[in-house]
Amino acid sequence: VSVALPSSSREEIEVYRFSTLAAVGIPLLALFVQAFLPSRARWFAIFDLPLLVTVFFAVARRSPAIGLLTGAIIGILQDSLTHQPVGLYGIAKTLVGYGASSIGARIDVENPGSRLLLTFGFYLIHQAIYFLIARHMARLALEWRFGHMLAAALANGLLAVALFAVLDRAKQRA
Amino acid sequence: MENFLARYRNASVLVVVLLAQVIALATQVKRSPDPRHPEAGSVRLIRLWAVSAITPLEKALVNTSGWMQAGWANYAYLRGVREQNRALRAELDRMRLAQVRLSEDAAQARRLQALLDFKQQFVSQTVAAQVIGSSGSEQSRLLYLDKGTGNGIALDMPVITPEGIVGKVIRVFPSASQVLEITDPSSGVGVILEKSRLLGILKGTPGGQTEVQYVMADEKVDAGERVLTSGGDSVFPKGLPVGIVQRAVFDRERDPFLKIQVKPATDLGRLEEVLVITRVAERQPEAPELPTRMRAADILAQRLPGVKNKPEAAATMAAIWRASARQKSAPPKAQAKPWPPPAGAAPEPAPAAGSTASPATGAPSETLPQRPAAGSTVSPAIASNPPPAGNQPPAGSPATATASPKANQPAVKPPAKKQIPPQLPPQSLATPIPAAPPAPSRGGLANQHPRALQRAPSMKLTASAGALGRALGTP
Repeated sequence: VSVALPSSSREEIEVYRFSTLAAVGIPLLALFVQAFLPSRARWFAIFDLPLLVTVFFAVARRSPAIGLLTGAIIGILQDSLTHQPVGLYGIAKTLVGYGASSIGARIDVENPGSRLLLTFGFYLIHQAIYFLIARHMARLALEWRFGHMLAAALANGLLAVALFAVLDRAKQRA
Repeated sequence: MENFLARYRNASVLVVVLLAQVIALATQVKRSPDPRHPEAGSVRLIRLWAVSAITPLEKALVNTSGWMQAGWANYAYLRGVREQNRALRAELDRMRLAQVRLSEDAAQARRLQALLDFKQQFVSQTVAAQVIGSSGSEQSRLLYLDKGTGNGIALDMPVITPEGIVGKVIRVFPSASQVLEITDPSSGVGVILEKSRLLGILKGTPGGQTEVQYVMADEKVDAGERVLTSGGDSVFPKGLPVGIVQRAVFDRERDPFLKIQVKPATDLGRLEEVLVITRVAERQPEAPELPTRMRAADILAQRLPGVKNKPEAAATMAAIWRASARQKSAPPKAQAKPWPPPAGAAPEPAPAAGSTASPATGAPSETLPQRPAAGSTVSPAIASNPPPAGNQPPAGSPATATASPKANQPAVKPPAKKQIPPQLPPQSLATPIPAAPPAPSRGGLANQHPRALQRAPSMKLTASAGALGRALGTP
């Protein structure tokens, strides 16, 4: 009797790697677009492209150490474009990178539905970590707007489905 | 990647440790981004690297798209330009008319400010800059400009648009600068409400709105009132538009104060070009010189429709003089005071026609009863002023004018003689009224009939002005 293994079986999960150009260029491009577009269309600030890229790389590589490093670098670079202390986005994205790669090593995150849920959840986690650090460590005046956060999480989840499909082309089997 | 790490484990660890230290150092070390401009302050090294990497790309993209858009808009897509040009010309004509009106108000305001010894701040130099990026975060409301220390930008310089203020420069790089928008929670601008003159501080909110804080709760603030910079923050010059009050509610977090929500005058979400104020001059406003005193004859000659030529009017005036000189029917009983008194000049001949009555005798004359002259718009100096130098009366004319009505009758035919009320003080007739600036033309002297001018108490003309009008042949 043959038993079908669940899709989340560890044996079926593949580990991907990326070329140096993609590994460096995609995060920088995400940072650039994130910095540029909101100056022309303020509503675009609801998206967090660096976060989506962090989640994508972390899930695809499925290595917590690399995932957290990716998140840390992207987050610190994102911090440096703001006027707030460097490390707020860095810490939040480090944790997201670690969590995303840990989850990516256990479940299948290749289909759009799981990508939507994964990004939706990680966006909320990211914002919660950022809020806690900024409010209690950096003493910044922030306001937790739950409705806005949910809408932003949904928007980022939907964007992630489309974006990840495009970024899949940069994957290479490890 | 894992193969790489496994193969070069030691090297990888070394790189990671070094990278972590460099990043940590870069986040701690501050360095002047441009040693040639120490006034630009210092920034973290990591910021300098990130900004140096991102802004050239943004600049290139903005410039390229700008060229393409300009090429399309200026050379290809010209639909409706002619119609727009026509509309703009019409708008320009309207604006010119408005400017004429406003310039008089502005001159008056400057004069009053000078009287009050106010100091004014003037934006004397600005640098136009293009918005090339933002922080990309909802928690940090920043703009990046394509101008830096090399263009004269320095810390704390205010950034504005023609519509209103935008923010201030908080970091300067060699070829870029960071601007903190007024909607950021960490920004603060000293403001004043235009009508109620209430002072407050404009702060950004985490949601990206702006509100005026620290206005007492018992003050009345109406929606729609304009908010201007107060100049109290030493960053923004006074009087720049900030926004419009949307609503004012009780601030629960700050108990005795109001929370006044303000809609920014500038659309901060669609900024493309801004002005950085690089120099603000402070100077004492210069009061425009008061207009030189004009004789009523000159004013009438300018404004009466039938009198175009000033010399003609003067010649007519001289004819009146000659006629009155021939009469000499009564000895002079009163001497008219010239106004304004010529400095160091001997008493000059005063006109006989319509001259003021003798205060000593109270003899009737053509002089209409006049009220004290505060706020007069026309100098009544005609009653006692001599004619222009080129039209002096001939020799033998009286040095002082007689006030006899009979003597005046042949020269000027009065429509109805009016006696001076006995209770009227003689000073009101003989003392000239200080001249005031000419009134605006709206409803002013220009459209008045001479007789109407005589009757209008606000004009405060003496009867001699009316007599002159009749002598000039106007109906």
